[in-house]
Amino acid sequence: MKGLLIISGLGILAMLAEIFKFKKILLPLVLLGIIGAYVANFMEWNNGLSISAFDNMIVFDKVSIAFSGVILATAFFWFIMANDYFENSSNVVDHFALVLFAITGALMMTAFKNMTTLFLGIEIMSIPLYVLAASRKRNMASNEAGFKYLIMGSFASGFLLFGIALIYGASGSFDIMQIRAYISSAAPGTLPLFFYAGVVLLLVAMLFKVSAAPFHFWAPDVYQGSPTVITALMSTIVKTAAFAAILRLFMSAFGNVSEIWTVILSAVVALSLVISNFSAAMQSNVKRMLAYSSISHAAFMLMVVLANVRSNATVGALLYYSLAYSIGSIAAFCILYKVTKKGDESFDAFNGLAKRNPLLAGCMTVAMLSLAGIPVTAGFFAKYFVLTIMIATTYKWLVILAILSSAVGVYYYFKIIIAMYFKPAATEEPVEIEMSQKMVVILTCLITLALGIVPGYVAEMFAF
Amino acid sequence: MLSALLIFLPLVASLMVFMIKGNAARNFALGAAVAEFVLAVFVYCQFKMGNHYQDLTMNNIWVKSLNIHFSIGIDGMSLLMVLLTTFLVPLIILSSFTTAYEKPNAFYGLILFMQMALVGVFTSNDGFLFYVFWELALIPIYFICLLWGGENRGKITFKFFVYTLLGSLFMLVGLIYLYSHTGYGSGLKSWAVQDLYNAGRSMNESQQSAVFWMIFVAFAIKMPVFPFHTWQPDTYVTSPTSGTMLLSGIMLKMGTFGLIKWLLPIVPLALTKWGGTAITLSVFGIVYASCIAIVQKDFKRLIAYSSIAHVGLISAGILSANQQGVQGALIQMMSHGVNVVGLFLIADILMRHTGTRDSDKLGGLRNMNGQFAVLFLIILLGAVALPLTNGFVGEFLLIGGVYQYDAWMAGFAGLTVILGAVYMLRSYQNIMLGEKNVNVGAFGPLATSDKVVLITICAVVIAFGVYPKPLNDLAEPAVKMLLNNMK
Repeated sequence: MKGLLIISGLGILAMLAEIFKFKKILLPLVLLGIIGAYVANFMEWNNGLSISAFDNMIVFDKVSIAFSGVILATAFFWFIMANDYFENSSNVVDHFALVLFAITGALMMTAFKNMTTLFLGIEIMSIPLYVLAASRKRNMASNEAGFKYLIMGSFASGFLLFGIALIYGASGSFDIMQIRAYISSAAPGTLPLFFYAGVVLLLVAMLFKVSAAPFHFWAPDVYQGSPTVITALMSTIVKTAAFAAILRLFMSAFGNVSEIWTVILSAVVALSLVISNFSAAMQSNVKRMLAYSSISHAAFMLMVVLANVRSNATVGALLYYSLAYSIGSIAAFCILYKVTKKGDESFDAFNGLAKRNPLLAGCMTVAMLSLAGIPVTAGFFAKYFVLTIMIATTYKWLVILAILSSAVGVYYYFKIIIAMYFKPAATEEPVEIEMSQKMVVILTCLITLALGIVPGYVAEMFAF
Repeated sequence: MLSALLIFLPLVASLMVFMIKGNAARNFALGAAVAEFVLAVFVYCQFKMGNHYQDLTMNNIWVKSLNIHFSIGIDGMSLLMVLLTTFLVPLIILSSFTTAYEKPNAFYGLILFMQMALVGVFTSNDGFLFYVFWELALIPIYFICLLWGGENRGKITFKFFVYTLLGSLFMLVGLIYLYSHTGYGSGLKSWAVQDLYNAGRSMNESQQSAVFWMIFVAFAIKMPVFPFHTWQPDTYVTSPTSGTMLLSGIMLKMGTFGLIKWLLPIVPLALTKWGGTAITLSVFGIVYASCIAIVQKDFKRLIAYSSIAHVGLISAGILSANQQGVQGALIQMMSHGVNVVGLFLIADILMRHTGTRDSDKLGGLRNMNGQFAVLFLIILLGAVALPLTNGFVGEFLLIGGVYQYDAWMAGFAGLTVILGAVYMLRSYQNIMLGEKNVNVGAFGPLATSDKVVLITICAVVIAFGVYPKPLNDLAEPAVKMLLNNMK
């Protein structure tokens, strides 16, 4: 709760920076603020009490605190990584504020207890991102990305609102727990049809946000067009927040009407696995490839939701997956950002990186191994936890599909490794990287390895 | 404790080697590998003295919620494999001394890292740990082949990687499925090998069959058994010699060892149903690969195909699931490992001294270097399983084992000896005997490091051919226990 307040306060502070002329110290200030929020978060975790506020519209329980922790940690690394992106832009302050507000929205999404808070959270997170996606004003692709993201996001919001309205119409409440009570009190078969329609609309809206197939068409264009650092933000923090929301929405509120949404979701997962991996394998642009790969990771995380067992193990698995994926992605995007500085975003940009900067090549290898799910990296355990959950359900066919598609996944992640070590570089010129960014890359890689060697610390946070 | 040391010594050494610049790296790596072998011999002595449990097993919790343990231990089977690994790695390192690899620290560091993973595979007593080491072994060899390999290595090593990874992912699913069946009664799930055995046996036939195929595919790709072998010849030929030696000498044994320890005892019902199919595939692979080997001109490629043939026989012996077959398989795994490393070194020496491995372009080398001719011949005879060489003991037992299963199969499997003699002796004739080929220049004396490796291997070929008892003594009780376990 305090974390949320601190981050939104930081956002306002950032807007004042231009007027009161403390632009120079803004970044350290923001980093300190994030650390402060993290510490506050941590203390609330240790207290072990759920904190509710605004008439029970927001509740910070263990689950939301844990997911906020992932978001804050990612945000911390992100700000250091995006450091020089801010320096180069004319209106630093606006960018800072926008990103901080997006993070505020993300934090709200992890903790909503009420449909209206969910909607607010999604909008607070998305609107800054529409702007940020288009923040390279003179670049056509960036404008296109912003525009597409806005249109698609608005559609999703429309679905979301309509869904919320229908559910409210049936249950008479916005509150998650009351909706749950409404479902379990209704006699079988007596729920009105429009309630089901509402659930499906909500599902579709959330699937838009996590860009699961077949609602993924915006993702590759937006990822490619947006500035790389913003893409990193979209594929880490946004995903984590959306999954925290989905977890709460479908496993808490609609857990008892699973028959209506699991059918759709299983088809979505299957489609996402196949489409994302085969499309990713055909890309020549690394950012597009990562966009498709993020769809595949989304499919893995959706599988946990599909299992629809609300236990400590499933929450732990989802948390672990978001952390592993976010940290791995930050490392990958940071290196991608430095490597593609010249504008070439194809796989060729990585050619001979092992010679041009062996450290970056080594770290990129770790990140790619993790995203591909090779032991002993975090990505392996993330997938492993999901598979253990799925094999106990009736969706064994999805496990096989997931295995086959991750083998395809290896193909495109290794394309980068092969390019780095095997292909000759066009130039011998070394890739420069700032000290602070170097630290981000090294730290994220170390965390990836540490998570893989002792996965228990995160996966067992919910003591199962 | 000792067994943990066996795993961590190469790991620490590998990290240190990464940091050493220049050629000192390879000397250090050799030292570490020899130290590891000495340690393995010490473990062997401990084992012989009957000290099986206190020092040789270790069991610590790794991930509590999933009941994953860092559980390692040594029995007769794993000790054989550990001895093979630790014996071959110093030889592999030594045999690479004549080639100057770029970035030697990375090269030798990866080899030692791989040794760590291999020892881990052979000693782990926890299904999950086994899988982790299994995958860890793949990464260094991938980079060794990718960075120091020959022509077209990008595509070829990639195919190899995807093939094996796909196989192991299926194995992972199979193992998770087994895991989800453990704890019948007590409710406590477990990855311990014995619990997985019990879980497997509590399943009905169709469940066992599913597990059988998922896990078998992983092992079949690694060995490789027909029709999962298509990655193998290209990868063997393209890899640097040390990589090929690691792949064929040791890594291949991961598959056969896995078959013995992680498949046979788990799925007895599926084995009666599908064992015949799997043996047929293996035996077909023997004949198929031998026939292809006969027409090969490139000596390295010829050994690659002959390796498929040999491993087909090993796999058939294991799947026949009787004392002779499995014991023969263990012994043949040892001999094949040693012999194939020798043969690949010979291919490498040919390449270095004459610039070609093509048997048509070679001839009459015997007159130029008699010593080389003798060493080559001894190793070659070991490979074709002449009596009194190490290859004979294993193949004899293996064919006997397959015979107990099915006489016809044994007849076809026996072709490996005959066809093996055909292609091996023919290529020896082409390369070493006859008139000196016009293409061949001088064939100077062997480098000392090569000589040491070849002589050591020849000594092993003869020693264990004449006196295979120590191997039998280790293999026999372990296999007995395993087969009793299956009843």
